[in-house]
Amino acid sequence: MFVKNLLDKAYKMEKDKRVPVVEMRSVTKTFPGVVANECVDLALYAGEVLALLGENGAGKSTLMNVLCGLYRPDEGEIFIRGRKAEINSPRDSQRLGIGMVHQNFKLVDSMTVLENIILGMKDQGFIPDMKKVRAEVTSLSEKYNLSVNPDASIWQLSVGEQQRVEILKLLYRKAEILILDEPTAVLTPQESQELSKVIHLMRTEGKSAIFITHKMEEVMTFSDRVMVLRKGKVAAELSTSSTSPRDLAKLMVGREVLFELEKKPFQPGEAVLRLEKVCALDDRGLPALKDVSFEIRKGEIVGIAGVAGNGQRELAETITGLRRLTAGSVRIQQKDVTNAKPLTIIKAGVAHIPQDRSSVGAVGDMSVASNLAMKDYRKKPLSVGIFLIPQRILSMAKKLIDTFRIATPSPETHVKFLSGGNIQKTILAREIGSCKNLLVAVYPSRGLDIGATESVRKQLVEQRDKGLGVLFISEDIDELIQVADTILVMFEGKIMGNVPAASADPEKIGLMMAGVSQTENEGIDISQGVMTS
Amino acid sequence: MKILFEKRKSTSVPALFLVPLFSFMVSLMLTGLVLIIFGTNPFSTFSAMAKGAFGSSNGFSETLVKAIPLMLTGLGVAIAFRLKFWNIGAEGQLTLGGVAAAWVALFLSPSIPSALLLPAVLLVGCLAGALWAGIPAFLKTRLKVDETLVTLMLNYVAVLFSEYLYYGPWRDPKGYGFPGSAPFPDEAWLPRIMGRAHIGIYFAVVAALILWVVFKRTRWGFELSIIGASQKAARYQGIAVERNIFLAILLSGALSGLAGASEVTGISHRLQQGLSLGYGYTAIIVAWMSQLNPLAIPFVSLLLAGILTGGDQVQLMMGLPSAMGIVMQGLILFPMLAGSLFTEYRIKFIRKQPKAACVEGEA
Repeated sequence: MFVKNLLDKAYKMEKDKRVPVVEMRSVTKTFPGVVANECVDLALYAGEVLALLGENGAGKSTLMNVLCGLYRPDEGEIFIRGRKAEINSPRDSQRLGIGMVHQNFKLVDSMTVLENIILGMKDQGFIPDMKKVRAEVTSLSEKYNLSVNPDASIWQLSVGEQQRVEILKLLYRKAEILILDEPTAVLTPQESQELSKVIHLMRTEGKSAIFITHKMEEVMTFSDRVMVLRKGKVAAELSTSSTSPRDLAKLMVGREVLFELEKKPFQPGEAVLRLEKVCALDDRGLPALKDVSFEIRKGEIVGIAGVAGNGQRELAETITGLRRLTAGSVRIQQKDVTNAKPLTIIKAGVAHIPQDRSSVGAVGDMSVASNLAMKDYRKKPLSVGIFLIPQRILSMAKKLIDTFRIATPSPETHVKFLSGGNIQKTILAREIGSCKNLLVAVYPSRGLDIGATESVRKQLVEQRDKGLGVLFISEDIDELIQVADTILVMFEGKIMGNVPAASADPEKIGLMMAGVSQTENEGIDISQGVMTS
Repeated sequence: MKILFEKRKSTSVPALFLVPLFSFMVSLMLTGLVLIIFGTNPFSTFSAMAKGAFGSSNGFSETLVKAIPLMLTGLGVAIAFRLKFWNIGAEGQLTLGGVAAAWVALFLSPSIPSALLLPAVLLVGCLAGALWAGIPAFLKTRLKVDETLVTLMLNYVAVLFSEYLYYGPWRDPKGYGFPGSAPFPDEAWLPRIMGRAHIGIYFAVVAALILWVVFKRTRWGFELSIIGASQKAARYQGIAVERNIFLAILLSGALSGLAGASEVTGISHRLQQGLSLGYGYTAIIVAWMSQLNPLAIPFVSLLLAGILTGGDQVQLMMGLPSAMGIVMQGLILFPMLAGSLFTEYRIKFIRKQPKAACVEGEA
């Protein structure tokens, strides 16, 4: 009797293992004119990390939004722990133990960490017992090594810390199934490693995770299994150990991907941009740039490495006239443009691909053609005197749409209906057209898929080969090493070091990004050298 | 069965036309309800209103009289709203334009050649409207003071100031004690074209055409469109955001000022009570109903003016309060605002059970 019970139990456990915690069966979701997901089957088992790999617009986020109740599928069924589930709202999915960390965090800036964690929870009572909440949150953050000050307001936290709050929020709500939408996009390599430890710990507890990404390296380090989506359909489902980045890239794009970038040999000319002891404040009035000095020469790509929020955006803005310098000077082609108006700097031949492409770089509520005309409308042939010539704007737009392969239904389509990659191509097409001396590119490939990333990088190198100076701000060290000629590392508004890209060591750059200065860095190197010898 | 709102993937073009039309029908139905409560037949009332407003040359000219200030203030408001500058001060800008025009007509007429008097009167009216709008524009662009409150409060200042003038220092000594200034000299009268309707209608139509060209075909209009869509984007494109907003708001105020100047020189020929029948507020409805399109504004103004005139008519013919026209105006705005949702969203009806209809092996 006792043995039979035990056997039953063992059998049940074995069966539990095979019943997926999440099963999506032939899910189809269409938007007017677009099939975002077509007959997608997905299974996630307990204690497993599934990577969802795909280009932009492959339908990864849509599929996950269906799972967490933001969208309703047109067709298909969802089973949670073997039981058919009706997920009509995020609240339903929360009840089923599903939690998602979105790409843009859903936190209230002016509220504290604790307040954000319990925000919207129905079982908290009218006056929440904050002591209890604090104790629970503290024990969770200790257990998972997610350290964050529970009483800090969200705006005071770095992006990495905000992500920890999002994860804590899900853990506090007892989520068993975590969906992470491109979580590493905002992290340093070190922070990414921390994250992978957290995920690993959760996995050993039987929690499972779906990890959305378009980076092959992350699939390899984070996941047990990988599902590749292409154009809304499942292109492949593999166990991670049986595949390679190159195979994945091919599956994802549907063709062989070139990882190499052709570049002419590095022959810098005279300086196009010279910054001397530049200081500036951020939006909150705190110092964002501290005595930044460097120069960019003709035919040189200077890469700025660093975790987002360490002064990169402010640096680009001071150069382009959008932010005031509190000290120091900026020269373009020997001409002093310190605190000059943006228009003066545009006229000095400086083009700028801004960090925020959907609300600064492009105007969503205006057409592709208008967006392409936003620099050159001041001059002939697009305008004569005070009048615009719409036909010429349209033909110019058609030409640029062709050369830059912008996928848009028509030049009249509003930009907000394009994908991120195509919005970026629109900005790139316009800026490169008006660039005479210096191109300032801030995270130009962030969030883009392989195809679009490839073309952005190519364009940057092409400008350099044409003899322009390029300032290239990125968080991706591999990308910087590949594209740039010289790499500067920024940390808390200061330049931590300066390395030629050809001989750059990713790990050293990573350390500098975390605040270890170049000399200390080399010091460590030497001591290690001493130890090994 | 469940009903959901789903964001449209692209703005629907038919919806841009159908939504205002449908909203108008809804407001007719709502007004119909009010009319039934008052014990009248809504259909005969509506037809009486339409006849009263557009059926006779007399009625039509009265409709035009009301449409002219609506067009000019509507255009002014539309310029500001395109920049997301919430100028709800057209009433005050109109009133001050009227006051300034009256000042020139009453006190400067001896020193201005008679041929130039009328242009001078109108020009000063424009300038006064621009000045009155310039105050909130300056505060907003320089000191980031919220424009909604400032424009609203300046309405009361302007209206009370004009009352002070015609009750006090400007009151006509020969006016038998009625509040109002002395009549303007004949040279300061705006020529009339039909009944009381004056040539202000030409100003309005020309202004609408010019504004359309400015917005669609000029560099400045392009810059204003970018500013209206995203100030951050405009600044990044090297556009002087603050200066352009300031200039555009001056223009906005000038149009309302012209409306006021046309009223005093075309209709009352003196500064007196009832200079504006709330035109500056109705202008907000006009601008929204026209979806800020300058070419639509003359037509929408005619429609709303017709409702006002028709309201006066039903008072005479059916014994209803003339405020019925104003009630109807209010009832137009609600469905309009609610309806604008449908240009961005669509309704989706969903069945309880989405069926699994994928054919295996298709993918």
